Amino acid sequence: MNKIVKAEFLSADIKRFIISAPKIAVKRKAGQFVIVRSNSHGERIPLTIADSDPSEGTITLIVQGIGKSTKEINSFETNDYFHDVVGPLGQASEIEYFGTAVSIGGGVGAAIAYPTAVALKEKGNHTISIIGARTKELIILEKEMRAKVDEVYVTTDDGSYGFHGFVTQQLAKLISEQKIDYVLAIGPIPMMKAVAATTRPRNIKTIVSLNPVMVDGTGMCGGCRATVDNKTVFVCVDGPEFDAHKVDFDLLMKRNRTYLTFEKQSLEKQHICNNDKAFELALQAESVTKN
Amino acid sequence: MAARLSNKDRMKIPRQPMPEQDALERSGNFKEVNLGLTEELAILEAQRCLRCLRPMCIEGCPVGVKIDDFIALVADGNFAGAAAKIKEDNILPAVCGRVCPQEEQCEINCIVGKKNEPVAIGRLERFVADYERERLGIQTPFCKPKTGKKVAVIGSGPAGLSCAADLIQAGHDVTVFEALHELGGVLVYGIPEFRLPKEIVKAEVAALESLGVEFRKNAVVGFTDSVDELLSTEGYNAVFIAVGAGLPYFLNIPGENLNGVYSANEFLTRVNLMKAYKFPEYDTPVFDCKEKSVAVFGGGNTAMDAVRTSKRLGAKHSFIIYRRSEVEMPARLEEVHHAKQEGVEFLLLTNPLEFVGTEAGWLTGAKLQKMELGEPDQSGRRRPIPIEGSEYILPIDMAVIAIGNGSNPIIQKTTEGLTYTKRGNIIVDNETMETSRAGVFAGGDIVTGGATVILAMGAGRKAAKAINEYLLGA
Ligand SMILES: Cc1cc2nc3c(=O)[nH]c(=O)nc-3n(C[C@H](O)[C@H](O)[C@H](O)COP(=O)(O)OP(=O)(O)OC[C@H]3O[C@@H](n4cnc5c(N)ncnc54)[C@H](O)[C@@H]3O)c2cc1C
Ligand SMILES: Cc1cc2nc3c(=O)[nH]c(=O)nc-3n(C[C@H](O)[C@H](O)[C@H](O)COP(=O)(O)OP(=O)(O)OC[C@H]3O[C@@H](n4cnc5c(N)ncnc54)[C@H](O)[C@@H]3O)c2cc1C
Ligand code: SF4
Ligand code: SF4
Ligand code: FES
Repeated sequence: MNKIVKAEFLSADIKRFIISAPKIAVKRKAGQFVIVRSNSHGERIPLTIADSDPSEGTITLIVQGIGKSTKEINSFETNDYFHDVVGPLGQASEIEYFGTAVSIGGGVGAAIAYPTAVALKEKGNHTISIIGARTKELIILEKEMRAKVDEVYVTTDDGSYGFHGFVTQQLAKLISEQKIDYVLAIGPIPMMKAVAATTRPRNIKTIVSLNPVMVDGTGMCGGCRATVDNKTVFVCVDGPEFDAHKVDFDLLMKRNRTYLTFEKQSLEKQHICNNDKAFELALQAESVTKN
Repeated sequence: MAARLSNKDRMKIPRQPMPEQDALERSGNFKEVNLGLTEELAILEAQRCLRCLRPMCIEGCPVGVKIDDFIALVADGNFAGAAAKIKEDNILPAVCGRVCPQEEQCEINCIVGKKNEPVAIGRLERFVADYERERLGIQTPFCKPKTGKKVAVIGSGPAGLSCAADLIQAGHDVTVFEALHELGGVLVYGIPEFRLPKEIVKAEVAALESLGVEFRKNAVVGFTDSVDELLSTEGYNAVFIAVGAGLPYFLNIPGENLNGVYSANEFLTRVNLMKAYKFPEYDTPVFDCKEKSVAVFGGGNTAMDAVRTSKRLGAKHSFIIYRRSEVEMPARLEEVHHAKQEGVEFLLLTNPLEFVGTEAGWLTGAKLQKMELGEPDQSGRRRPIPIEGSEYILPIDMAVIAIGNGSNPIIQKTTEGLTYTKRGNIIVDNETMETSRAGVFAGGDIVTGGATVILAMGAGRKAAKAINEYLLGA
């Protein structure tokens, strides 16, 4: 059981939790994640460690409520408990001096990109961050990002805030104006695929963080397998970050649809909100074609 | 006390059948298949034992359970005494009585079996353990005064649990680190409820807790703590690595990443550990097998567990696809027998070449090839040879790959100074289970590769003995 020290909404569907997990707080590195279970009947779901405070013994998780488990988590308040938290899992991000490094976060992906962007900055990179979302209300961590990195660009699909368009358009603009040495892209699969397509012609080193369905998170089940460079990898232990130019995104997208009908059923049982709307969100989060 | 029977009379008693749930009924539920012997049946079965002067049965048991003695106590109706006798050598009799391959171990050596069917040692062991747990409560042994030494056990499978049990009794402080949120290793995530009810594993773990063993769930050693940190900053004096064989092998054929293709570990973990068979009461889903065709590839216990699980999830056709013939199948006889009774279809001498599916990525079938048996290979089993032109497509909706497990690399990647075989198994001294690093011991599937519960337990006890000597000598 891990206590929630602080819980607050960052946007309508996205909530930030600071939770007690002293061991993980000390050990975690940027890019690693935890697996949590919200209750004794819950699924094991992976969440990136967005930040940590080793002296307080806390870690930060930022959760987008898109399905049964994440919505239940987002109903948790300060002083509630996560049933299980295990980690830190996965390989840490490769943090080096690249030169100019762009980190792109789509939706809740901004939360996942945040720790790595900060670490890249600390390594001396000129660090640019692009935060994208469908609409203004869904933009998260802009303030936090501005405090830590050199340049921040915001994009919204509907033009309600920042640049009117997709993160890839903003990226293409940056690439045409200056030399970019490294790109990190985290968000919906179509977004990551589009970023890979944008940087491939210029051969810019591009890393994505993959989000397959996981169970154990320790390499025991193989459920999280993906194809990278024509080879099967287990994302939980070999990743989650991989060379974007070598990832088979179409396969990942198909595999992530395995449990769609169940997810809908699970939400229906939950009755916490307008089911269809929530389900649509879940669908969109995964398949909205941003480009 | 029952009247002493002559050996001749003993030989006349037939082996008592195990009462079991009706095949049709049980293939629709997850309750235990075998119901257990009654007291009367147990006493009758125990009377079949001849109390040999040189009991050959004991030589077949990897941990040397004093079979003749405990069976004599059962024959006398002294079930508590029998339980204590078994526990001198085997701390998990309720588990072993259920899942040991007795027909190849203790029972194959039983003298009665030379003429009649052997004494049902496993069933008696199970009876005694169940009697103790249900009627008397698990009896906890005496622990020696505290030594002030601390041991870290990594992994809560049978190897880790048995090592922890012996070390706590020897007076050491023991902490068991487990990566998952439940304790028991394969006993909880792999072997299904219908073969080994999880309540039994829970009761055994609770008994260890009452002796003072500390359990830390959700702790992946290598990530949460490393072996080195346990030995240095965390102050443990010795470490026992019992992390099992947790890396699923795939077939490496085209189409293996289609939706509906699982490793046995994933399928069984979803169903057993995460209780997907109770979806949506529990949140974790598993492929909906209802009225579907399921193919399980492999011929071991894991394959039988997976295929019987698919039946229970409502599959219309559940196939075992195995490239050799039935005699070469490594699964326990009882499991194969039960699977057949439950309507599992066996496609033997058949090998998969490829999985086929839809554009959207869903499995629709497996391309199979017939095989014939040639000369024996290195394993002594006759080698299957493909028959050219025999390929065909079997329509299936779900596939489970159950062809074995390799060793999980997390410990290897995060621990200096251990030595490994080519397959990634930790190399140890066979007598002491000590690794190439002082104070670091290993045992169970991580050393042997996928083996059996009783061998893992035996390794845990051997290691406990050596760790005890190491700690007291140090
Ligand atoms: C390494 C990694 C890090 C992640 N970090 C974050 C994060 O920091 N914040 C955040 O909000 N989300 C994160 N996610 C995604 C998050 O795990 C899923 O949104 C969540 O599991 C959905 O569960 P649900 O029951 O709410 O939704 P569901 O309705 O069950 O599923 C919605 C979609 O989520 C995905 N999903 C479902 N179950 C799982 C599962 N067990 N494991 C992984 N994906 C699943 C599927 O693509 C599915 O279509 C991360 C995923 C991975 C793999
Ligand atoms: C489906 C199935 C059916 C089987 N049926 C039978 C049968 O009928 N009869 C029989 O005798 N044998 C059977 N076996 C084999 C038997 O279960 C194993 O040989 C035995 O469980 C091995 O015990 P172990 O203690 O070495 O490892 P395991 O039981 O595998 O336990 C290892 C534990 O360590 C944990 N772990 C792994 N890595 C870490 C880490 N880094 N940090 C912390 N914890 C970690 C794992 O989560 C796991 O809980 C079966 C196996 C399977 C998979
Ligand atoms: S532990 Fe297994 S092999 Fe030994 S006596 Fe019991 S059932 Fe037989
Ligand atoms: S070999 Fe058979 S008859 Fe002899 S002691 Fe063992 S169980 Fe009894
Ligand atoms: S989640 Fe099971 S192997 Fe990655």
